[in-house]
Amino acid sequence: MNRLAYRKLVNKIMLTLTGVCTVLTVSVLFIVLGYLVFNGATSIDWAFLTQLPKPTGETGGGMANAIVGSAIMVGIAALIGLPVGFLGGIYLAEFSGKTYGFLVRYMADLLNGVPSIVIGIFAWTVIVVPMHTFSALAGGFALSLMLIPITMRSTEQFLLNVPRSLREGALALGAPKWKVIGTVAVPAAMRGILTGMILGVARVAGESAPLLFTALNNEFWPTGLRQPTAALPVMIYKHAMAPFDDYHRQAWAAGLVLLGMVLITNVTARFIASRGIAVQKG
Amino acid sequence: MSAPAITSGGTGRTKGLLLSLRGGDAIAHLVALLFASSVLFVTLFLVWELWIHCAPSRAKFGLSFLFTRDWDPANGQFGALPFVYGTVLTSVVALIISVPLGVGAAIFLAELAPHRLSEWCTFLIELLAAVPSVIYGLIAVFTLIPLMRQYVEPFLKHTLGFIPFFSGPAFGDGYLTAGVILAIMTFPFIISISREALLEVPRDQREAALALGSTHWESTIQVVVPYARLGIFGSVFLGLARALGETMAVTMVIGNDTNIHTSLFARGYTIASVIANEFAEASDDLHLSSLIELGLVLFLITIVINALARLLIVVTAGRGTGSAT
Amino acid sequence: MKNPSKLALAAMAALSCAGVATAQSINAAGATFPEFIYKKWFSDYRNAHAGIEINYQAIGSGGGIKQLTQATVDFGASDRPLSDAEMADPALKIKPIYFPTVLGGIVPAYNLPGVSTQLKFTGEVLAGIFLGKINKWNDPKIAELNKGVKLPADDIAVVHRSDGSGTTFVFTEYLAKISPEWKAGPGVNQSPKWPTGMGQSQNEGVAGAIKQTPGSIGYVELTFILTNKGMQYGSVKNAAGGFITASVETVTAAAAGLTTFPASITNAPGKNAYPISTMTYLLIPSTIPDAKKREAIKGFLAWALKDGQKLAPPLGYAPLPKEVIAAEEKQLPQVK
Repeated sequence: MNRLAYRKLVNKIMLTLTGVCTVLTVSVLFIVLGYLVFNGATSIDWAFLTQLPKPTGETGGGMANAIVGSAIMVGIAALIGLPVGFLGGIYLAEFSGKTYGFLVRYMADLLNGVPSIVIGIFAWTVIVVPMHTFSALAGGFALSLMLIPITMRSTEQFLLNVPRSLREGALALGAPKWKVIGTVAVPAAMRGILTGMILGVARVAGESAPLLFTALNNEFWPTGLRQPTAALPVMIYKHAMAPFDDYHRQAWAAGLVLLGMVLITNVTARFIASRGIAVQKG
Repeated sequence: MSAPAITSGGTGRTKGLLLSLRGGDAIAHLVALLFASSVLFVTLFLVWELWIHCAPSRAKFGLSFLFTRDWDPANGQFGALPFVYGTVLTSVVALIISVPLGVGAAIFLAELAPHRLSEWCTFLIELLAAVPSVIYGLIAVFTLIPLMRQYVEPFLKHTLGFIPFFSGPAFGDGYLTAGVILAIMTFPFIISISREALLEVPRDQREAALALGSTHWESTIQVVVPYARLGIFGSVFLGLARALGETMAVTMVIGNDTNIHTSLFARGYTIASVIANEFAEASDDLHLSSLIELGLVLFLITIVINALARLLIVVTAGRGTGSAT
Repeated sequence: MKNPSKLALAAMAALSCAGVATAQSINAAGATFPEFIYKKWFSDYRNAHAGIEINYQAIGSGGGIKQLTQATVDFGASDRPLSDAEMADPALKIKPIYFPTVLGGIVPAYNLPGVSTQLKFTGEVLAGIFLGKINKWNDPKIAELNKGVKLPADDIAVVHRSDGSGTTFVFTEYLAKISPEWKAGPGVNQSPKWPTGMGQSQNEGVAGAIKQTPGSIGYVELTFILTNKGMQYGSVKNAAGGFITASVETVTAAAAGLTTFPASITNAPGKNAYPISTMTYLLIPSTIPDAKKREAIKGFLAWALKDGQKLAPPLGYAPLPKEVIAAEEKQLPQVK
């Protein structure tokens, strides 16, 4: 075989291989989703969504309290994390100087990179220990720490994307800077900012590690923010590792609920964002 | 880099109407500054809290904590080595699997695939990144472990059993399985970021290579990929950082063995897993403090890796087309 | 586009906070050994006494003791008494009073698909397996106890607890009584240095791992086997020489003559006694400042010692001997 033919063969083989890589990686997604959807769909029932867990070993019951508990803790996280991230992002985009801005960005990235279990340790030392109890507050706080850097960076990104001309127009009309931000820049970037917020919330909703020793778990309905609270991801973990077949069934159902929520949120957010960008470019 | 700061002139010496407008700006600036600084405060506070809460074990073991193999809560002996080993090993296995596959897929998506197919595939792969860790763990426990136990591990043992890495009893869980699930979790990062890096390479680079008579593959592997290599390395580091800190999926398949084993089939432990398993009921202050110290070690490792990753990605973006990150 | 889910969230939070006013929430944590009976008790008690919710988290005896010491729970549960070190812990402000609740047995559970006969074990063989000395199923020491049974040549996958466990404590206490090598090695501990095997947290985790892994063996509480169709468990030779299978009767036989607590009932002398039996305790603080909580907890304890005992046998636990119940009822007023 002459050199050219050899090179052409290598070309064909390697390019096919890259196609194979793509098929492999994309098919993993389908396998993951498909298997979960199949098992989850066959496992989920109305009782699952509305009832409390049954005593250990008994079949039936549900994880309604975990769904509500997750919602409460994600709500706390959003209440704390979204405003902080939003205003922090405004700072980075509109006000920051070079060095301090760099410092804040670096710290935000650092916080973003902290393993979620370490965030759990921090929330434990700061909230669980002084309060002498596991609580939804501690769980929500831990989740908010993960939400802040995500929100901050995405808010900053979308604000920076707002064209200069919009701001300059408002300033030319005599508006003070804070009015420019509040009435021109932020609304223009709102779609993107909201997308970032939704994606962030969806991400922390799926987190399990920070809740393991902050919110612990609870068999009953959430009775207060200072009580241990059940959460869906933690329930999935515990039920998957238990020996009871019915627990496994419930774990699949819970996985379906969680994954469904996360994926629907993600797809919706991206859809909103893509439409938003088209509007801005026009 | 802040937005164009075209404000009314002066440095605060203005009065009357301008003064009231100025006040509003100052308040806005202050409020935003406060909230942004919370990140600084929280992160530093986090490190501080970790540091002081692991004082007992730092005092007792000092630096040797990082090199001791013994993890014996009953006798007050704690060492980080088995967990650091497990964490690093599973992450390395994950990268060995996911980097070739991921970069290969990125090349396909950036160079070969039709535009729409590329967009759709990337969209789907980025959805993979949104799947919570515990769901990966759930699937791994019921599908991956039996698969490894019944097919993959016996096959590896049969063919490569003479290498110490592939010897010993194989029960389906352990380092290798953890590495596989971590690989699946790092695919989205590597593919997505590498693809971006490859797309940034200017057309004229490719065309120059093709004009000189290279095949498509040759131009890719000899010109495009090296041009984008910093971004690709950055994606690898990011994937590594994610793998190192991964908790739930790994805890469900690693096997929870506090010893060090050479065989990849053996059960082991990672830093995140031992904290997840033992924290809620650490028997005494020293145990708790050692777990927190482990958390600090993990944190430091991920800081370093993350910093390297950001550096690489920023440098590539800067070199590419000059567009700001 | 205001986030509609936030509104729903607020509504749910408000609703659940409204529930606060009526429910008396009590938090407890501890042993996984009695998990089945406790969850049943707390669920039934809640149904009978609306508003008293006792939330029990099974995190292991070690965890229960620790949470009690740090006062992050209202009471704890453990299969073993506190050690001297734990009693001397300065953080432990209020000394706990032991209230035994039920008796139960720890069985050697295994997963051998091809073997349908129940395997016989002795304490020495179990120690050998958990020490890693016996590591194949067809080892002569196992074979000689089980003549006629075709044992596979597979590796034994040992499963043990990864968390601080009262079940482990009792199991190692039994092994230490029989095997000097075990006593000198890992010893009696809630979390010993295991020479071999994989760790899982809680009884559930161990049972789950055994169920999923052919060739594995571990130690779990009896109920986990009874509630899981298809799980295999072996009989163990007792001090009188017979191979006893764990059951309500054999565990009750192990507690014959028991009057004081805390006490160990492993390797009991009785002819029909199951050798790896234990009591399990609720750790109630001697002082409970909140009057409502105190009344609720004392009310529950009184119920558990009477009606609660009837619920034990169907779940595989043995009720307490009458002398023990009488002694507990006498010490109930000590909780102030």
